[in-house]
Parts: sequence; structure tokens; C-alpha cells
Amino acid sequence: MSIIVENLSYTYMEGTPFEHLAVDDISLEIKDGEFVGIIGHTGSGKSTLIQIISGLLKGYKGNVLINGVDYSDKKADKKALRRTLGVVFQYPEYQLFEETVEKDVAYGPKKLGFSEEETALRVRNAIELVGLDYEEVKDKSPFALSGGQKRKAAIAGVLSMDPDILILDEPIAGLDPAGRESFMEIIKDLNTTGKTIIMISHNMDNIAEYTEKIFVLKNGRIFMEGSPVQIFNDYEKLLEADLDLPDVVRFCRFARENGVEIPKDIIRYKDLLSYLGEKLGRMKHDI
Amino acid sequence: MISNLSIGQYIPGDSFLHKMDARVKLVISMILIILIFFVKSLGGYIAFAAFLIIAIAFSSIPIKLILKSIKSMWFVMALAFILNVFFQTGQTLIWEWSFVKLYKENLIRGAEMVVRLIMLVEITSLLSFTTSAKELTDAIELLFQPLAKIGFPVHEMALMMSIALRFIPTLINETDKIMKAQTARGAAFDSGSLISRIKDMIPILIPLFINSFKRADDLALAMEARCYSDSAKRTRLIEYHLSWRDYVAMGITAILLVLIIVGI
Repeated sequence: MSIIVENLSYTYMEGTPFEHLAVDDISLEIKDGEFVGIIGHTGSGKSTLIQIISGLLKGYKGNVLINGVDYSDKKADKKALRRTLGVVFQYPEYQLFEETVEKDVAYGPKKLGFSEEETALRVRNAIELVGLDYEEVKDKSPFALSGGQKRKAAIAGVLSMDPDILILDEPIAGLDPAGRESFMEIIKDLNTTGKTIIMISHNMDNIAEYTEKIFVLKNGRIFMEGSPVQIFNDYEKLLEADLDLPDVVRFCRFARENGVEIPKDIIRYKDLLSYLGEKLGRMKHDI
Repeated sequence: MISNLSIGQYIPGDSFLHKMDARVKLVISMILIILIFFVKSLGGYIAFAAFLIIAIAFSSIPIKLILKSIKSMWFVMALAFILNVFFQTGQTLIWEWSFVKLYKENLIRGAEMVVRLIMLVEITSLLSFTTSAKELTDAIELLFQPLAKIGFPVHEMALMMSIALRFIPTLINETDKIMKAQTARGAAFDSGSLISRIKDMIPILIPLFINSFKRADDLALAMEARCYSDSAKRTRLIEYHLSWRDYVAMGITAILLVLIIVGI
């Protein structure tokens, strides 16, 4: 079970003066259960790439195999694709439309043909999973919720389909700091239960903190590929892709320049804290 | 999902047609659209076609796009042709098979209808390919200005038009976005029965309406915050002046007008 992309290219508005090559010969593999980050400057082709992987853009060149199935094939079972792969778009609260939160979250499972009981169970699970109080929100109009709650309800609408692969496009944009962290913890938990997560983000801290593999896109091509430690220690190349460093890495660089020894594999906040804590403890001991 | 719009799409450039005054382009287009129904002879059609070909040549618009805009109207053209050919009686019968009768006059009338439609599409798409929405609304506002004297709300109308035109691409993008999001949730717009497809439009229309109202509200607020008032006397950022191009275009149009009225 994996996602394999081979020689993928996509051109917007081909044959018009607005022609634009958005994805240029990309090949990549995402293994089962991985937490993958896709980063790149605006217009680097991230969104186009995930839309093609999700089967939402047609007319591309190359191959996309999800668990060995090419869903661009007319005979392929589209419902199976929707069951396997869930997409949370940027500002997903735009997709809310039903009278009540419960009905809205139930839209996906119903469309996939699950029974009433199964759907009800999935809806309850999904709403609780995103941290909303099921009894409190189920009969409310989704439009009566607060911004953060709307986001959660919309994401519950995707999680209720219980996909093995979850694709997130800028999931934390527009959330407050507390909302961001609690949301990312939910995603991390989903990943530990075995789901593959693919996340697009402009927030480097967020990418460094949670992903285990990163693809850096530039002008529709894969510019860098590797673990977060590899990627974020190659500052010059990252700068070439018009990207920046996570705060933790920036701090480490500054510390190193000023003669403080910090191992290169520290890119996460908690790792930095425990390392510094240990070091300060030892210093105290030495004195 | 929605892309490749060729009708109504402005294509920036600096050709002869692009540089012409939008008012002149608009008036000429109107004259041509009316004129096309007065063409009676083959010579008239040739003169008209020659005029349009010259216009296309001076527009720097790729032929491919022009053809595409015609192609997108094929259904209307086919319908007009069939209605004209088969649902009227004529005099000269040239072919017959049970109740299907083919008359020579109808065949000619059908062909004429198709040619007229092609030319109509051509005129309007040339106008929209070479004129930005801004120029077009300015042109309408300026042309209707005399009506303001009798209390016609010219400025408000122009403002409404420019807002509407401004938000067409936004709404198209948004529809596309919502369609993709709902497709990812299992909605199917390209398969299933007609009823299930119509039902699947609801998850698109509701978010679209809600967002449009919200956007209208935001826009009104932003305009008020910048002290917009329709009663204010304002000057233009860009003043429109006629140039030699406009006089040349008017001259050629006048020649065509005379040729067709005289009835070559």
C-alpha cells in the first residue's frame, strides 16, 4: 500500500495564451503510514500535485498509482478511491452546507454507501475525534459555529469517511495558536494509528515538528527530498527554493555561530528543550 | 474542472484592436450585429466576412481561440440549421424521404443562419478578447452619460456592472474549489442519474451563495470605509480620447455599412 507518482506533468489551460506548466515531470513514492510534508513557494505546484494524486484533476501526463490502482482508468472504482483517500482543502469550512453538523459530517459516508448505523457511528466518532462535543454540536447549524469549530466540523466531514490516506492543504492556516497545536496533535494521533498523512504547509515550524519526510517543490519540480533533518540543515539550498528555516533551526544556527555546541539533528522544539535542559544541568553540576 | 473558458475572456495585448477606444469598439460591434441581419446577397456576406477577417488579423488573437469560441456554440448553430431546413416549407423540392422533405430555399436559409451566427459569435468574442472589463464598463458609462440628465442612474449601473464582471472569475474559481472539495467527499458530478447529479449541485450552490453574500457584505463595508458615495463628482484615472485608429475603424465600418445597405 503506497502512493507512486511517475513522470507526472500538468499544464493549465493548454493551448491558450494563459498556458502554464504547473507540475513538471515529478516522480515520487510515499509509503504506507508515512507523515509526509510538501513545501514550496507559492506557485511551486504543491496544490496541483495533491489534486492530481486525489483524482480531482484530469488530463495530466504520467502515472499515479494508489495502492497499485490507477484511478484515472475509466473502469476504476471511484468510490474505492474516496474511501482510501481523504482530502482536507485550504479553508475547508467552505464546504459546509447542511442544516446540521451531524448531517454535514454524514454526507461523505452516505455518498460512499454505508448503512445508517455505520454512518451514525462514523459521524459520532469523527466529531469526537476532532475535539467537538457531539451532543452539543450535532443539531446545530454548521454556520452557527465559531471559526475554529467550523474548521473542525469540516474536517470531521472528511474523517468520517475513515480514509487510509489523509491529504491536508494548509490545515492550520487561520487557526489560533492553541487551535493549531490541538489540531496537529489530532493529526499526529491519526498517523500513529497507521494512516498516511500528506501535509502541505507554509509553516516551517509545523512541518519540522511533525513530518518524517519532506518534498521541496520549486517551479513544478522536486527540488529537494529527504528527512526534515537533512532538509533543514541545507539552508543555502532551501533559500534557493524561496523557503525559510523553522524557528528552532534558526536558533540552533545562531547558537552554533556563537560557539554553542548543538547537534545537527535537533530541529524540533521538544528535542531542543530537553537537550538544553540536560546541558544546563551538567553545567551546574560541573560548577 | 472548470477551465478553458474562451468566451468572454479578455486577452491582454497591444494590437490595433486592443488600442482602439472601447466606446468605438462597442458602437461598431452594435452596428455590425444589427447590420448582419440586413445582409441579403452573397456579395454582402463576402464583404462582411472580409471585414471580420481583417479585424481578426489586427487583433493578435490566436486563430485557435477564435475557432474555439465558434466551436462552443455548435449546438445552437446545429439547432438553427435544423429548424430552418426541416421545419418550413419551400418551393423547390430537391430530395424527399417519407415525411422528410428538403427544399432548396430552406437549405440556403439554414446555411445563412449558421453563417450569421458564426459572425455574431465572432463580433462579440473579438470585442471581449480585446477589451478589458474595466474599459467596457467605462465605455458603457460614457455612452449612457447623456441619459443621466433625465435621471437615469448611469453611474450606479456602471458600478454594478463592473462589480459583477469583476467577480465572475472569482466565483468560477470558488465554484471549482467547492466542487473539488465535495468531489473528495464522494459527490459525483460526472456520473449517476440526472436526479442524483442535480442533488449533488446542492452542496455546491449553498456554500457558493453563502460566500457570495458574505463577500457582498465585505465589499459594501470596504467601500463605505473608504467613503464611497454615488453622489460624489469624481474624475477619471484614465481619460479616453479617440485616436487615428478609431477614425480608420469608423471609416471602414461606414464603407461596409454603405455597401450592405446599397445591397451588393
